Amino acid sequence: MENLIALLVAAPLLGAVVLLCGGRRLDAVGQWIGTAFAATSFVIAAVLFADMLGKGPEDRTFTQHLYSWIAVGDFRADVGFQLDQLSMTFVLLITGVGSLIHLYSVGYMEHDERRRRFFGYLNLFLAAMLLLVLADNYLLLYVGWEGVGLASYLLIGFWQHKPSAATAAKKAFLVNRVGDMGLSIAIMLMFTTFGTFAFGPLLGSEGHQGVAGDATQGKLTAIALMLLLAACGKSAQVPLQSWLGDAMEGPTPVSALIHAATMVTAGVYLIVRSAAVFNAAPDAQLVVTVVGGVTLLFGAIVGCAKDDIKKALAGSTMSQIGYMVLAAGLGPIGYVWAIMHLVTHGFFKAGLFLGAGSVMHGMNDEVDMRKFGGLRKYMPITFVTFGLGYLAIIGFPGLSGFFSKDKIIEAAFAKGGTEGWILGSVALLGAAITAYYMTRVMIMTFFGEKRWQPDADGHEPHPHESPRSMTIPMIVLAFGSVFAGAYFSIGDRFLHWLEPVTGHSEGDSPVSALTVTLATMVLLVVGAGIAYLQYGRSSVPVVAPRGSLLTRAARRDLYQDDFNHVVLVRGGEHLTRSLVYVDHTLVDGVVNGTAASVGGLSGRLRKLQNGYVRSYAVSMFGGAAIIVAATLLMRAV
Amino acid sequence: MSASAVHSLWTTAATAAEPISKINAPKIEYGQLSPTLIVIGAAVIGVLVEAFVPRKSRYYAQVFVAVVALAAAFAAVVALAAGGYGTTKAHIAAMGAIAVDGPSLFLQGTILLAGILGVFTFAERRLDPEAHGNRVDSFAAQAASVPGSDSEKAAVKAGFTTTEVFPLLLFAISGMLVFPSANDLLTLFIALEVFSLPLYLLCAVARRKRLMSQEAAVKYFLLGAFASAFTLFGIALLYGYAGSVSYATIAHVVDGTVTNVDPALAGTMGNDVLLLIGMALIVMGLLFKVGAVPFHMWTPDVYQGAPTPVTGFMAAATKVAAFGALLRLLYVVLPGLRWDWRPVMWAVAIVTMLGGAIVAITQTDIKRLLAYSSIAHAGFILAGVIATSPDGVSSVLFYLAAYSFVTIGAFAVVTLVRDAGGEATHLSKWAGLGRRSPLVAAVFAVFLLSFAGIPLTSGFAGKFAVFKAAAEGGAGVLVVVGVLSSAIAAFFYIRVIVLMFFSEPKPEGPTVAVPSPLTTTAIAVGVAVTLVLGVAPQYFLNLASQAGVFVR
Repeated sequence: MENLIALLVAAPLLGAVVLLCGGRRLDAVGQWIGTAFAATSFVIAAVLFADMLGKGPEDRTFTQHLYSWIAVGDFRADVGFQLDQLSMTFVLLITGVGSLIHLYSVGYMEHDERRRRFFGYLNLFLAAMLLLVLADNYLLLYVGWEGVGLASYLLIGFWQHKPSAATAAKKAFLVNRVGDMGLSIAIMLMFTTFGTFAFGPLLGSEGHQGVAGDATQGKLTAIALMLLLAACGKSAQVPLQSWLGDAMEGPTPVSALIHAATMVTAGVYLIVRSAAVFNAAPDAQLVVTVVGGVTLLFGAIVGCAKDDIKKALAGSTMSQIGYMVLAAGLGPIGYVWAIMHLVTHGFFKAGLFLGAGSVMHGMNDEVDMRKFGGLRKYMPITFVTFGLGYLAIIGFPGLSGFFSKDKIIEAAFAKGGTEGWILGSVALLGAAITAYYMTRVMIMTFFGEKRWQPDADGHEPHPHESPRSMTIPMIVLAFGSVFAGAYFSIGDRFLHWLEPVTGHSEGDSPVSALTVTLATMVLLVVGAGIAYLQYGRSSVPVVAPRGSLLTRAARRDLYQDDFNHVVLVRGGEHLTRSLVYVDHTLVDGVVNGTAASVGGLSGRLRKLQNGYVRSYAVSMFGGAAIIVAATLLMRAV
Repeated sequence: MSASAVHSLWTTAATAAEPISKINAPKIEYGQLSPTLIVIGAAVIGVLVEAFVPRKSRYYAQVFVAVVALAAAFAAVVALAAGGYGTTKAHIAAMGAIAVDGPSLFLQGTILLAGILGVFTFAERRLDPEAHGNRVDSFAAQAASVPGSDSEKAAVKAGFTTTEVFPLLLFAISGMLVFPSANDLLTLFIALEVFSLPLYLLCAVARRKRLMSQEAAVKYFLLGAFASAFTLFGIALLYGYAGSVSYATIAHVVDGTVTNVDPALAGTMGNDVLLLIGMALIVMGLLFKVGAVPFHMWTPDVYQGAPTPVTGFMAAATKVAAFGALLRLLYVVLPGLRWDWRPVMWAVAIVTMLGGAIVAITQTDIKRLLAYSSIAHAGFILAGVIATSPDGVSSVLFYLAAYSFVTIGAFAVVTLVRDAGGEATHLSKWAGLGRRSPLVAAVFAVFLLSFAGIPLTSGFAGKFAVFKAAAEGGAGVLVVVGVLSSAIAAFFYIRVIVLMFFSEPKPEGPTVAVPSPLTTTAIAVGVAVTLVLGVAPQYFLNLASQAGVFVR
């Protein structure tokens, strides 16, 4: 049974190879091939899951060793997989949501000539993402980490004829490099500190303690912070958040799969997987919670001001991952809830994005919500599924987001002390803002008067419901958005499932769970109410008003790009210019000098090769004489 | 002369005249020598084909005989290896003349595979335009005709081809098969001559630039004869020292464990001066064959002048055979002397690595460039030889196998790039080749990267193995010099890649000929082996290390 693990990765990888190498003859059927490989992976995942459920909690870690990848001296890197409850959760989410989104893309990309390639990239992404969560050591994880980065780059820039898409892809790639650097440094530090980067010996497993705690506080903090940097890059957390909004240039299924449900949560996976390291480095954990808290507000505020439906959702994604990171930074109090929110978020955010894609599909690829309005009459299925996703994300009682977000807020208070109060309040405030911006999106898109107009060429959009291949995934995801949270929470199912891997403690909350829930409810109503007053009661102007200072700042992503430009780009330019100067004068001087002298020597030696046999023979004779003499001399001395 | 002395002569003669009771027939293990015997037999058949098969069918008959024989010989090698002759059953065959052991079989296998690819490139007939309606290969229509003469024109017009190259190639291969497995000095010398003489001839028979080809052949022959003389003198001195030409006996004498001394030789026996000079001279002869500095001067001229298929085969197979013989000599005969030969060999390896790499920088002809590159590679391999450890042997075996495929492939690519005057070997003509023929340029780039030792190619795995063995053998300095010369060498390899891919093609640049499946196969096998040995070298490293034990 454990030998199936490799197949999980192999199936989509094979799909990618077939699709990308298959050439034009697969153009007609490429989308079904890609979907079939994704579904195969999901079926394998389901079989493994069933097998895992049949075992006791202590036997649920499966491992599969494929081969020794690099073995040099003490340095040993294996290609091996570890499937435990944490990986299993991710595998089911990735393959399940991934298969649905493949199916959705069949309809969404129907008219795209290059869709075979699109599905190839999607398969490649699945393979890399599965490798990331299944690797049994950090180096192999890094391979998957880079693989998803590559797939993300290829897919953001999929419509490469648009300069904005090409730029966005490049931006995502570059910003991610910063995070990747963090991960590679963390791996190197782990190797020099502990002599290994394999999960088993490092992080410990059932019944045996890993070595992750056996180092000085300074080193542990450094490793943890480097891991956090990696997480920030991949999961779009402050200060490496700037790429996610632009990444919405990619096709909408990509935004749903990669930039909402799965890849951007890899940072949370990394932190939770490295729990043993973070638990031993409380200072780093504090930084994690700060990053999470700041990002959750940052993303929410940005989400409030965006008129582009996908960018509003992107801000929301950032914010929700902020919740997860915050929870992961709380240590054992929060790990389980971080992952639970990750899963429920995977359902409702993917559903919301697919809904947004469905809206765009019916509206000639329009993304400006000011040009929507009243769409509920035209797209009933999209309206209902999007609406359920909306209710789930704002935390409407009984729906998925209600359970998972509430747990995080409770856990934040349970951190205790001043920190607990600050983090808890931030999380509460975030809930209110979430209710505000999501209500805004909902109202501007589906309610009110229709505001669309003919475009420059005189084409008026004719909103219509999307084909079944698109609506079915939306319906399935809506089910997840509604019921997953309740299913996980009743009887603490999710807690019992994940606890053996991540550990759990209740913490000591100064406020009761009921108080937190009530406060959340009140804030939810306040947030949604303000949005209703602003957008529901009065009509929405088609051209955005100038707005307050904060609105304008939020529209520009709180000046993150300006900040990056002034501090990093300009600073970087100055640095490179001075480095280039040093390189030209000093380094090149030495290099060119060496090269010139070698070249000169070469020219002189070359003259010895004059083409005359007699001089060749002399050189041989001389050589023989020297060798004989030297041999004799060696004996003499 | 006293009467008694005369009498003794008489009595001795009388004694000798008595009937000798019995001559022991030599015991020959035909099965174990079958690889060599098959190739020699095929060469003889090739000569008969020249004599009796009609001119039109000779080419096909020769190619058929050569390929079948080499494949059969390779199968025999594999069968012997599978039968344990490389490991547990390794022993000395043919009354002490031939060693059948791991290194022998490994090197013989390598030589035979290189030989098959060599036959493919020899047999290529689609690169040049047809002359008078006849397909032509790389070889002169009639080697005996004077270049530019009427008889040459007549021969071309009549559609003659020098199909003798195939039996010559087979004779050369047969010598090469014996060379690394020779277990006494006379067999060594005979094998040396058996493989050298056909090569001298093969160098002389180029179709294009015949004068240059003949000049190369004469140079190679003169210098080769000169080197052989040194070797033979060295053999004589070692015989004088040990009273035997057998490797095992010499090794015993060196170790001082010999038992029965021939009284006639007692005077000179154990004289270390004879030993040291003899050893130095024999080693020198082998260093000439591998092209080590300062015995390398023939290499660029001969590589450039010889027909390119011959150059490719010679560069690969000669190096394999000669290094095999050198390994056996140093590890089996002279291990007791390693404190004497190691310092000298150190120096030779250093000047060879540096010399080859440095002079290559200013070369403008691709064949000469590859010649200097082969000199530098000889230096790298010597570094492994000097390690004097089992790892040293196996790393050298691996390196030789990897290097020979890259070399044959690279020279096969050289045959494809042509202009009106035949092969366009001047580097300036290769500018922009990547734009015009991306596939050919990419394949050549793979070979160059392998020569440079870039990871994921066989060159890296080989270099890594050799340097590792050398470093563990205490030759750290050698490794440092090796890495430095690799860096120098990388410059000119990469420069060719830059030239091919990043320069504007010249309007009157060369064309890339479309080869027949023969050359394509040779190149494809070269690329495949280069990549396989680069990506997954472990299996082959293990094979080489299993094969790395000499029988004594």
